Order: sequence, then structure tokens, then C-alpha cells
Amino acid sequence: MTLIDFLIENQRDMTNNLLRHIELVGISVFIGIVISIPLGIVLSRHRKLAGTVLAIAGTIQTIPGLVMLGFALIFLGIGMLPALVILSLYAILPILRNTYTGITEVDPSYTEAARGIGMTNMQMLFKVELPLALSSIIGGIRISTVYIVSWATLASYIGAGGLGDPIWTGLATYNTKLILSGAVPSAILALVLSGLIGLLQRILTPRGLRGVRV
Amino acid sequence: MNMFSMIAEHMYIVFIAIAIAVVLGIFFGVVAYWVRYLDKIILWLTEVLQTIPSLALLALLMIVFGLGNTTIIVGLVLYALMPIVRNTFIGLNDVQPYLKDAAKGMGMTKLQRLIKVELPLSFPLIFSGIKIATVNSLSIAVMGVLIGAGGLGFPVYRGIQTRSLELILMGAIPVVLMALVFDYVMSNIERRLTLRTSDTNK
Repeated sequence: MTLIDFLIENQRDMTNNLLRHIELVGISVFIGIVISIPLGIVLSRHRKLAGTVLAIAGTIQTIPGLVMLGFALIFLGIGMLPALVILSLYAILPILRNTYTGITEVDPSYTEAARGIGMTNMQMLFKVELPLALSSIIGGIRISTVYIVSWATLASYIGAGGLGDPIWTGLATYNTKLILSGAVPSAILALVLSGLIGLLQRILTPRGLRGVRV
Repeated sequence: MNMFSMIAEHMYIVFIAIAIAVVLGIFFGVVAYWVRYLDKIILWLTEVLQTIPSLALLALLMIVFGLGNTTIIVGLVLYALMPIVRNTFIGLNDVQPYLKDAAKGMGMTKLQRLIKVELPLSFPLIFSGIKIATVNSLSIAVMGVLIGAGGLGFPVYRGIQTRSLELILMGAIPVVLMALVFDYVMSNIERRLTLRTSDTNK
């Protein structure tokens, strides 16, 4: 059986795996965003706390994926939910760090000007700081997404499904075609998502800031 | 299972990979700096490598290189290239133009300028790239067990298979500690390097 025949025969499996993978990535990145953007804003107001929180988040990030997988398996069991918990945890740090640095690196002259024309704290946040930090925040979302596409292939091991399924089975049975049918789509998915979010980042950057490296 | 030999093998795998990645990374960084029309494509390619999910990349490499330490070392090298190439390229570009001109004015050749002026001045940034690559590699090397390599991935994977938290921690704690120690020590070295060159380089 050639690779082409194999692909045609397993088309439905591959499509299902791909859709499940996108689902896993979408949900966990969304949870990551919902947690880390507000947290990043709070941290930018309490800079002393920020060092500690970012250090803790950074340490969590150094825990290897396989180990996190083991923790999930032992403490949360198998299935999609444990996988989503772990993936969301991994999605937090890049977005959190970029939200924090994006806001804290806003030129003080802008915030002073905003203050000078009588903006309230909220107005300043939504009309000055967040728009200026947006490009950096989306950059964080892009890093998170790429990570999660990668970690999600691991999560298949604990029954989350997705493109990792054929890779794990292929590794266990030394089946090259199975490995390819998971590895190639997941690599392409990571590249496509990274490219799309990069494009979004460029579009959403305020016109005056384009061409300036953020 | 001997703890020491596993830690030693883990470090061995990472060090070999980083050593190869440093040589290749600086080489490609210099090529990107010298050959203007290649810079975009070189940086883009290393970024693409970084984007490929690790399980997918390792599984693909296993098809080519088979089971064993070689495969994980190749994988780690591919992942380590991006920070080193990018930082070499940025570092070389950021060397003050007047220093480059002065070197040119003294009659140095292109290679002499690179080795005696540009690379030493950009070394702090290159070192920072090496630090990022090392810390990442320590963590990714755990996955080597899936493609038949040694190191601390072994107790972790055994622990997952037997649902033993103890075994998982036995592999995980040394990995995280090593990552934190390397990050701390190399950040300190980086700071000293930066201080030493900061009065000439910006």
C-alpha cells in the first residue's frame, strides 16, 4: 500500500484527528487568554508582585511536557478534560508575560498625556495602554498557540485524541505511515496558525506603530 | 535504575546537542549577516523548525535515524538553532558602525573584522541565545525516551506507564533543577559579559 492509498483510506480518521486537535488548541488557548490578560493587567498595577508571579509561571514552563502529562494522568485521570487543564496551564505564561511587558513598556509620555487630559484609570487602560500593548499581547497568543499545538500531540497519550493519536500508535508499532499521518498535519497546523496570528498581529498594530519593531 | 548515570546521560545528550548547535548556529548567523539576501530565508527556516511540534519532529527523525541517542541529539540541535542563529544575527548587526569602520580603516579583512571585532562584541547576545537553547533542550531531552534514547525521560515514562508519581518525580525534579540552575548561572555570566562590552557596544 503506498502512502497515497493509505492517506485516502484513512482520510476520515485524519480529518477527525485534525478537528479534535484544533478543538483542543482553541479551547485551551481561549482559557489561557481569559486568565492571563486580566492577570497581566493586574500585575502591571502591582509591579512588586509581578516578579514573583512571573517567576512561578516561568518555573511551571520549565516542567517538561511529558512530566506534566504524567501529573495529569495521576491526579486527573484520562480523557479530554485533564488534557485541557494541562494545556491551558501551559498557555498562560507566554500571554501573561507579553501582556505585562506590553503594558509596562508603554512610553510614560503617553500615559502622562492621558492623565493630563483627565482620563480615568479605566479609560487610560482601554484607550491608551491596551491598544499600544495589543501587538505584544497577540505575539504572546501566537507563542502559546504554537506551544499548545505541540503539547496537544503529547496529550493524545492520556486519551485526549487529536493528531498525536496516530503518532503514538505509530511510534509503538514502528508504523511509518501512521507517524506521517499525524506528524505532517500537526506540523502544518502549527505553521499555518503561527502565520495567521502573525498576520493578525500586523493588521491590528496601530498604523502609527507599524514598521517599529515591538 | 542508577540515578547518577541517568543524569549524566541526560547532560551528555544536551551538551553534545548544544555544542553542535553553537557551531552551526553561529555559522548560519554569520552567513545571514554576510549574505544579505539569505538572511530572511535562514531566519525563517530556523523559526519553522522551532514551530514543528516536538513529538512530530522526533517521530519523523526516528523514521530517518532510527532509535537511539543520535535521533534525540539531531532533534535538539534543530530546536536549538533558532535562538542561537537569531541572536548571532542581531548581535552582529547591532555592533556600532563606527567600530566596524575603524576596523575596516585599520586594513582588517572581512574575516579578521568578524573574528577580532564583531563576534567578540556580539558575544553577550550570542551567549544569551545559547542559554535559552540549553534550558529548552534540558526539558525537550526528556522526550528522548520515546525514541529509544537514554536520560531522565526513562523514569518519567516508566512512571507514566505504571502510574507511579514517585518515578515521575525522580526524573522530573532533576530536570527542573538543572534547568533552573543553568538558567541562573548562565544569566549571571551573561550579565558580566554584557557589562564588560557595554561601554564599547552601545
